[in-house]
Amino acid sequence: MTETATATCAERPAIFEERKDQIHRIGSEPFSMACNRDSLAGAVSQRACVFCGSRVVLYPIADALHLVHGPIGCAAYTWDIRGALSSGPELHRLSFSTDLQELDVVFGGEKKLAKALDELITRHSPKAAFVYSTCIVGLIGDDLGAVCKAASLRHGIPVIPVQSEGFKGNKREGYQAACKAMRTLVGTGDISDISPLSVNIMGDFNLAGETWIIKGYLERMGIQVVAGITGDGRVDDIRRAHGAKLNMVQCSGSTQDLAKMMRDDFGTPFIRVSWIGIEDVAESLYAVAEHFELTQPELAAGLVERTAELVREELSSLMPKLAEYRRDLTGKRAAVYVGGSFKAFSLVKAFRHLGMEVVIVGSQTGTEEDYRELAAICAPGTIVVDDANPLELSAFIKEKDVDIFVGGVKERPIAFKLGVGFCDHNHERKIALEGFEGMLNFAKEIHASVMSPIWRFVPRREQGLNVSESSPEMQEARV
Amino acid sequence: MVKEIVLDSLNEYKGESHVATTNACKLCTPLGATIAFKGVEGAIPFLHGSQGCATYMRRYIISHFREPMDIASSALGEKNAIYGGGPNLKKGLLNAMQKYGAKVVGVATTCLTETIGDDVARILTEFREEFGDLPLADVVHVSTPSYSGTHMDGFHGAVKALADQLCPGGMQDKVAPTGRVNLMPGMVSPADIRHLREICLGFGIAPTILPDYSETLDGPALLEYENIPSGGTPVAEIRAMSGASASIELGRAITAQETAGTSLESRFGVPLFRLGLPMGIRETDSLFEALKQISGNPVPRELSLERGRYIDALVDGHKYVSGMRAVVYGEEDLIIGLTTFLAEIGVKPVMVATGAKKRGVAEHIRSACGDLLREMPIVREGVDFFDIVDEAAALSPDILVGHSKGQKAARDWNIPLLRCGFPIHDRFGGQRMLHLGYRGAQSLFDRLVNIVLEKKQSDSDIGYGYL
Repeated sequence: MTETATATCAERPAIFEERKDQIHRIGSEPFSMACNRDSLAGAVSQRACVFCGSRVVLYPIADALHLVHGPIGCAAYTWDIRGALSSGPELHRLSFSTDLQELDVVFGGEKKLAKALDELITRHSPKAAFVYSTCIVGLIGDDLGAVCKAASLRHGIPVIPVQSEGFKGNKREGYQAACKAMRTLVGTGDISDISPLSVNIMGDFNLAGETWIIKGYLERMGIQVVAGITGDGRVDDIRRAHGAKLNMVQCSGSTQDLAKMMRDDFGTPFIRVSWIGIEDVAESLYAVAEHFELTQPELAAGLVERTAELVREELSSLMPKLAEYRRDLTGKRAAVYVGGSFKAFSLVKAFRHLGMEVVIVGSQTGTEEDYRELAAICAPGTIVVDDANPLELSAFIKEKDVDIFVGGVKERPIAFKLGVGFCDHNHERKIALEGFEGMLNFAKEIHASVMSPIWRFVPRREQGLNVSESSPEMQEARV
Repeated sequence: MVKEIVLDSLNEYKGESHVATTNACKLCTPLGATIAFKGVEGAIPFLHGSQGCATYMRRYIISHFREPMDIASSALGEKNAIYGGGPNLKKGLLNAMQKYGAKVVGVATTCLTETIGDDVARILTEFREEFGDLPLADVVHVSTPSYSGTHMDGFHGAVKALADQLCPGGMQDKVAPTGRVNLMPGMVSPADIRHLREICLGFGIAPTILPDYSETLDGPALLEYENIPSGGTPVAEIRAMSGASASIELGRAITAQETAGTSLESRFGVPLFRLGLPMGIRETDSLFEALKQISGNPVPRELSLERGRYIDALVDGHKYVSGMRAVVYGEEDLIIGLTTFLAEIGVKPVMVATGAKKRGVAEHIRSACGDLLREMPIVREGVDFFDIVDEAAALSPDILVGHSKGQKAARDWNIPLLRCGFPIHDRFGGQRMLHLGYRGAQSLFDRLVNIVLEKKQSDSDIGYGYL
């Protein structure tokens, strides 16, 4: 059994033949990228599933019951794993499951689901319940809609099925299912006391209190925030979200479907925003101000100036502090691999403020358009990648000799194993990275990792030193 | 017949106080299998199911070990769920072999593929026929429907599958005596595995530890990213398990099951020693007794000294912990071991709980340490953290003992949590925690005494600097 399909690393190229067109090197060829494909079997994709997409979006709704209908894993792996904060109830931090067993699979899980709903709704008195469908529920044919409807009648609260069977696509389909579920709530609340200058903050999940940072800016501008969708989310806020006069949508698509439905059904316009970096945060705030100056000229008089004042104030405090970090970080190189591509855009710009260059950029679920735009703002030679895997990421990290990797928990050990710094920019993060103050935290995070003396001891750098010492050319190149 | 089963299942719900699970005290079956497969040299764990399973489990496992945990997936989509996952499984296997260079692919099923009825054994036979012209890696498969059992079943199932499928056949296939000893430690930490190896070597025994993820899930910093980390039980050693002079299997709660150990015993006549996890003095003594018997060698002086030092430490520290009331939770084998350890040091286990069902935990505790306990703890199987907290609150515990997921209860009750086992998600170094042997007991005891002292000091108005 000594002979296997094994080959040494050098003989085995890191890139799968089938995936070649999901990788682009800026400048080396005309832009062309395939994406939104099913992940390649056996490739160890960094992607998740439909259920994950739904769970991510709805999770922060803190006064709702989130019941996962399926075997235990799906609920166990999503128990209190995110930094999504609530200013009040914390029902979202508990993990509820029907824990389907063999007999339930054979004979159906509807009765168990109904009983579980009765128990949990009685015990916790939630404002609404979301019932997540998992792979197995899609197969055994439980009528989730009927069970939820009956429970809703019994308990007098919305009990909403989320059609999130894992195998029915990737996270994007999960976002859609979550938006459909939330849409059933929107339009059912009282909107009489809502200001004409009002917004919903969408696609932000209040990780480490980020929604509160954004809300603070908007309130300083005199704008009412009706609902966080779903950061610090509440069922009653979502019910009256249609009363807001504008939707501010962040994130690649997680809540964009809901924004579109609200535009079509209630005429609520939406703008795409990003709360990461400096330009993007400022532009997002200006966009709101300009929208209201245009649509509510009398009420919003002076709003743009007020916004400019806010931005000035924030920047005058931020920029000198950033300059200190920039001194150390200038010339360092970063890799960015994130779930949605919006974040990648903002991060490329944010790194420029630190004097750093992004040389690898990718996402799990970007569109061709996203990647085209990314390719346009990054320097020649930058690698753009869709739905990467550990083989590719590790090969790119080495090729580009990056100093830091920005990603999520699954990417962290790849970077660390190779002796590269890391910044967690995913849903587990416990440090606010949005808004102007988030930019400062981001700089601190990057600095803390990149500038650590420990990198001198990792094999990659030790070897680097040896190489430069032994070869005069390398030494010259270094100087 | 069908009707009766339906009635049974309904009655089952009626009998239980509740059917909803809140904050589970178990994980799903395939997760255990992926960890076990990770302990074989050149192996990549492979989940036959939807992409999300692999990704969720990777994240969960990575957060504990802080090491790469690549799990391949057949990444099934909607069409595969209807027409079967065979083509994706085959394609995925080829990719795992050709791109990751896997020498072994450990395939575990998921609830999706179990429910659509994919016959993995048949698909693998087809695979070997279709691609017989290529140099293929070994493929070991285990059935791990997540709606049945816990991650421990997945773990033991995968270990058995490795022994059955890489070391197949019966007496006529038995290899020549190797002089080695098979050691199936169960789901213990990388540090525990390293210590077990050291203990065996101390007795002059060459162990085949299955699985051995002591390096694959706790490896050094590297220059090159290893597509498959170095380390793990060599396949050649697994193939030769039939020629071992004995097998040792750790974990009292698995004794009712068919395991790798029973399989090697019944097929090849390899004598099997089934022992508890060596936690505390007596259970470690039992292991050492077995090793003495197998090797004919005495206990090495270094290890005797460790025992002596540990007992000396118990004398020094017993009053700090004597009479404390503990709630212990987690995997069935671990909680039996922990309870024994606690009983020996004068801590009173008031409740012992696990998410697994029907493991005979109470009986095992009685036989392991019943004589040391003035009162048996309340033992609960098949429970979640809602049940544990609900019942334990009235028992006024002084300490919780188990993995990270008891943190909320510890915080609510303002009592310390002695972290051990898997997962450790809120502290550093879970992979290096030592639980086994006298040295593991020493480490647990030191940590326990120190968290007691720390609490005493921080709770005190005076904050004595000399405790």
